[in-house]
Amino acid sequence: MAAITSTAAPAGDNLLARALREAFYAGLIALGLFFLLVGIKTDLNIRNQLILVPRWGLLATVVALVAAGRFVTVAFIHPAVERRKAAAATAPVVQREPGFVRRNLAAIAIVLLAVFPPAVMYVSGLQGSLKWIDNFGIQILIYVMLAWGLNIVVGLAGLLDLGYVAFYAVGAYSYALLGTHFGLSFWILLPAAGIMAAFWGIILGFPVLRLRGDYLAIVTLAFGEIIRLVLINWREVTRGSAGISGIPKVDFFGWFTFNVSDPNYIAKVFDLPVSGVYYKVFLYYLILLLCLLTAYVTIRLRRMPVGRAWEALREDEIACRSLGINTTTTKLTAFAIGAMFAGFAGSFFAARQGFVSPESFIFLESAIILAIVVLGGMGSLIGIAIAAALMIGGTEILRELTFLKQVFGPDFTPELYRMLLFGMAMVIVMIWKPRGFVGSREPTAFLHERKAISASFTKEGHG
Amino acid sequence: MAGSLLQVEGVETYYGNIRALNGVSVSVEEGEIVALIGANGAGKSTLMMTICGSPRARTGRIVFAGTDITRLPTHEIARLRIAQSPEGRRIFPRMTVMENLQMGASLDKLKYYAEDAEKVFSLFPRLKERINQRGGTLSGGEQQMLSIGRALMARPKLLLLDEPSLGLAPLIVRQIFDAIRELNRTERLTVFLVEQNAFGALKLANRGYVMVNGRVTMDGTGRELLASPEVRAAYLEGGRH
Repeated sequence: MAAITSTAAPAGDNLLARALREAFYAGLIALGLFFLLVGIKTDLNIRNQLILVPRWGLLATVVALVAAGRFVTVAFIHPAVERRKAAAATAPVVQREPGFVRRNLAAIAIVLLAVFPPAVMYVSGLQGSLKWIDNFGIQILIYVMLAWGLNIVVGLAGLLDLGYVAFYAVGAYSYALLGTHFGLSFWILLPAAGIMAAFWGIILGFPVLRLRGDYLAIVTLAFGEIIRLVLINWREVTRGSAGISGIPKVDFFGWFTFNVSDPNYIAKVFDLPVSGVYYKVFLYYLILLLCLLTAYVTIRLRRMPVGRAWEALREDEIACRSLGINTTTTKLTAFAIGAMFAGFAGSFFAARQGFVSPESFIFLESAIILAIVVLGGMGSLIGIAIAAALMIGGTEILRELTFLKQVFGPDFTPELYRMLLFGMAMVIVMIWKPRGFVGSREPTAFLHERKAISASFTKEGHG
Repeated sequence: MAGSLLQVEGVETYYGNIRALNGVSVSVEEGEIVALIGANGAGKSTLMMTICGSPRARTGRIVFAGTDITRLPTHEIARLRIAQSPEGRRIFPRMTVMENLQMGASLDKLKYYAEDAEKVFSLFPRLKERINQRGGTLSGGEQQMLSIGRALMARPKLLLLDEPSLGLAPLIVRQIFDAIRELNRTERLTVFLVEQNAFGALKLANRGYVMVNGRVTMDGTGRELLASPEVRAAYLEGGRH
């Protein structure tokens, strides 16, 4: 936004006066609104009585921020937006050839992601890189994979699934239980967890075959809750809310492991200093590969009959049937394949944490994954990856913003405002880009030439 | 009439407890164009959809090319090469013209896809101009052409058309009717169409049926029905398009 404000030159006295006036009113409204909400806090004193604690300083900060925000909006942002609109209206429409970065976006992104861990280790040292690789890299990539998996169900097949996290849980618990009880290797259990989750995807798919839209959403939501409640209450197997700990780590195909006590611990094999970073780096590349697998499968499937049937199903179920498409199997494959990727991600999650409990599989997780898919632009892999990086990376960044304590006082913990910012970001994106970051859909059928179709052609009134 | 391509015998269809079709019998011979005309709510579209298995007939029998299709699921009926351009066209709005056509060709796993697409384009040159445009952004007439084109991609033995003239300009209606006549003449394609535009439909058709309140009340050649005073009074007077 700073870039926009700096270009605002012809701001007359009139405009400034109006901006000041509006800022004053906005401040007044904020004062009225936040007087009780922020300015006064109820608390218990030492004798257990309810007392009021005034927080005038915080109230003043909030009101000042609102007023300043209004001033900047009216004085600088609005005129700049108007000028831009005017410029866009007069400028001729030119079809620009997409640049080098645009055309090779996927390849560049993959290369950047591949060199991320060594780069971070070089910049911030072995120990310092842990946070970036684990909290940022792995965390974001898990959500990218989950969102890409859900994208098959929601973005391509158009089946609104609010209980996606259930399959994630199935994958995680499959690995946790089979790994701790039978000592099976991750490499056997990864496909097993995927198959298990796909199986549950079909189990969910059958009863909801006839449902669409809101009704489907409610049933899938309930399904997610059922799985979570089973995990909490089936104590003999899942150990309830206590969760399962001591889940074995992933090894490198038996060549070396990441347990310090093992004879073939990686540091001993390669004569390196002992550190936890190796495991994180390994996990980072593992989840990166799993993500790429998801993307590859999705791209391939879109060009195959089943993928085209998914998209047609999203558009019009009745037309699909009249074209000879079996909608039952089409829906079930969408549920099963989407669930399978959640199962992969789940077993990876269990291996990374070393601990699973029902806490990790609450409805909020489903909501976040769905939000990522919607924000990214349903069906677009790149858009979804960007959305995941912003949403998950953004909330992690909040922990780093310690300077905010100087503004809002020492009690201020920015990560508590995560959901507020999350919601605000969603509202803003949906106003500016109602079809998500990447709203255009890449066509898969061509007679002769290949041409992308921009989002501006897609705003049809569907009748 | 044994040996008809499509034989509908005494079909009754219900929506809940409401009877929409009341013992309807209709037959379509190979190579014919048959029109079904009637007022709003007479049950024309219901008959068309009952042939496709959704909703299903409660009583009666529907036989297509010797196969009883009364109890078959919709997608299996479609696999017997009954293609449909349904009411409201139902093209895929976010998919391009090309992708829509491709969806129509999924029965043969795209074997004749390019060849058939060219055929559709020679029938409706307008579609070729719009080849990479999204279905939802086409005009009503183009959407109707796409809907018919998509049905043709399935290489149908029987083409069902539900109100192909609905909401279209007279010029476009003539283009579409001409295309249907052309298909019937050159490829001997059998067409069963439902129309409110009784004049145009009966002129196009070899034979016609008149439907009132879920029953077939009259049938005859297109010319006979056009000349009949009842049909003229009910559907044609003042409504000459």
